[in-house]
Amino acid sequence: MNAPAKQPDADIRELSYSEAIREAMGLALERDERVVLMGEDIGVYGGAFQVTGDLVERFGADRVMDTPISELGGAGVAVGAALTGLRPIYEFQFSDFAALAMEQIVNQAAKMRYMLGGEASVPVVFRMPAGSGTGAAAQHSQSFEAWFGHVPGLKVVQPSTPEDAKGLLLAALEDPDPVVMFEHKLLYKMKGHVPEGWYTTQIGKSAIRRHGKDVTIVASAIMVHRALAAAEKLAGEGIEAEIIDLRSVRPIDGETIIGSVRKTGRLLCVYEGVRTLGIGAEISAMIAESEAFDFLDAPVLRLGGAEAPIPYNPDLEKAAVPQIPDIEAAARRLARREV
Amino acid sequence: MTDDNRPFAIRKYDAARLRDALRKMYLIRFFEEGAEDSYMRGLIHGTMHLSIGQEASAVASCMGLTDEDKITSTHRGHGHCIAKGAEVGRMFAEFFGKEEGYCHGRGGSMHIADVTKGNLGANGIVGGGLPIAVGAGLTAKRLNTGAVAICFFGDGANNEGAFHEALNMAAIWKLPVVFICENNKYGMSTSTERSTAVKNIAERAVAYAMPGHTVDGNDFSAVAETVEAAIARARAGEGPSLIENLTYRWRGHSKSDRNRYRSKQEIDEWMARDPIQRFRKELVEHAILDESEAEKVATEARQEVEAGIEFAKSGTAPRIPDLARYVYAEENA
Repeated sequence: MNAPAKQPDADIRELSYSEAIREAMGLALERDERVVLMGEDIGVYGGAFQVTGDLVERFGADRVMDTPISELGGAGVAVGAALTGLRPIYEFQFSDFAALAMEQIVNQAAKMRYMLGGEASVPVVFRMPAGSGTGAAAQHSQSFEAWFGHVPGLKVVQPSTPEDAKGLLLAALEDPDPVVMFEHKLLYKMKGHVPEGWYTTQIGKSAIRRHGKDVTIVASAIMVHRALAAAEKLAGEGIEAEIIDLRSVRPIDGETIIGSVRKTGRLLCVYEGVRTLGIGAEISAMIAESEAFDFLDAPVLRLGGAEAPIPYNPDLEKAAVPQIPDIEAAARRLARREV
Repeated sequence: MTDDNRPFAIRKYDAARLRDALRKMYLIRFFEEGAEDSYMRGLIHGTMHLSIGQEASAVASCMGLTDEDKITSTHRGHGHCIAKGAEVGRMFAEFFGKEEGYCHGRGGSMHIADVTKGNLGANGIVGGGLPIAVGAGLTAKRLNTGAVAICFFGDGANNEGAFHEALNMAAIWKLPVVFICENNKYGMSTSTERSTAVKNIAERAVAYAMPGHTVDGNDFSAVAETVEAAIARARAGEGPSLIENLTYRWRGHSKSDRNRYRSKQEIDEWMARDPIQRFRKELVEHAILDESEAEKVATEARQEVEAGIEFAKSGTAPRIPDLARYVYAEENA
């Protein structure tokens, strides 16, 4: 007989990324009568990516509200509800559809507190399934986090793990200001440790996922996992990469990134959004303007999405965003000072 | 009472409330004239959209509201703000860009608001307030507050997608919202005849299975009666209504308007239908007040406006280092 399998204790309880988000929403609905979920097909259908799942059965259709296919209006109703005392979480079916609701997110939610001189608060959370890799082509695969990150008044988070997905969503709910959470669709099934109960992950603080002395890789969302995989390969060559999981696009955690670059002298930014005018540009500029500049031993490199819409053909789609070998090669060039 | 043929407002409201309604209409008129004058003198910068000529629509529509009820307003929103109970001194202070203003000088004319009185704010985006009002209705329904939301918008907004999405959602969820379209005939320069497929905007209510009414927006009593009925319907849980107040702005769209799209004759005709004179005459006819009392209401409103301008002039300018204050909650301290 084999030895009995080790029982998983509570500390290593595993949930998928989507289960973690659902657990956060369930806790919020239980704890606070003001919380409502809104979105297209989030009720009996369970959400396009099954994130809301059975929540409608537990909390009823008045609190897990199927909206018409009206992204502008739906987002605006969430804004108005937040402004008057509810705590809405609005799910976009795909983050691409947020383009239909930019007016309410950018002109209304983000600016309301400021325009009204601090006399009002818009505690709304917009959830955005984002990213490529599903074969859904140009209008269902984009990564808009830099767009929203460009708007003062919004906070923008991008969890890469189930634990952070839950913690950042609960932090977003507790936040008095509008928060946009980008959820990478390829991460929904990824499993990982998720603590029980209510906890929050600080918005604006990045996480060092791997320590290393040779090159700093700042990555977000699924790119964190690709960077970690690349780092393992590089370690075999004696190159130790430090992986920073950005977690928050606005505010951005300058302290952690600058500290790491001061140590390694090399920086690679990896993100899925279009490379030009993206997150990497911001981080590069931040380093150029910081005390870390004097510690640089090589130019800063960016790996981002291609200057093209996300294509349908699977090989083209893969080529449109950074993959593990791309990260490996870029980090190697940096470490060997081949740039 | 069935043989009582007096106008609705005279039957419905006591003398004090009617007098206050007249006072608010004068306040709006004199406030906007004062703002225009201050603009001409260079005391106010930017631009502004005046609602002179539309005062009955704003004041009569708010007669059935308490401070718990919400309104959303428009870029032409000074009247709604005063109708909902704002102080003209703090409004002027906002126009003058002072800390004492309702938005601490960060919003100006286009974002004037008074959240404590339930005014969720004017809006610089045509149609921007429509879904927000529906959200306020959702809050009222979910938390069972008994409040209603009145959503003011102009004829221009009725061709925005937000109008259609908002009306549909308010209807399917039977939310306590009253949509009030102030149809002043022009979206900037483009007439409703050229912009809108239906003759009356209220006809669009049919598409969203709610009652639609077109009203003479310069007739205080007619507006009050129609809106009160819609508010009662909303409070009873029967859902939203769409009301179209036909009115006219005497001034141009904004300060850059040269009135190329309408005739002097048309403007004169509408100026002859002054909603304030009409309401005042009605109050005198029905012995709510006499001419000298009516004149006193006007004089006091004028004095309140003059005092408001002085209050604003002596206000405090925001500090430059406070530029980013109010962007996020933690920066309010």
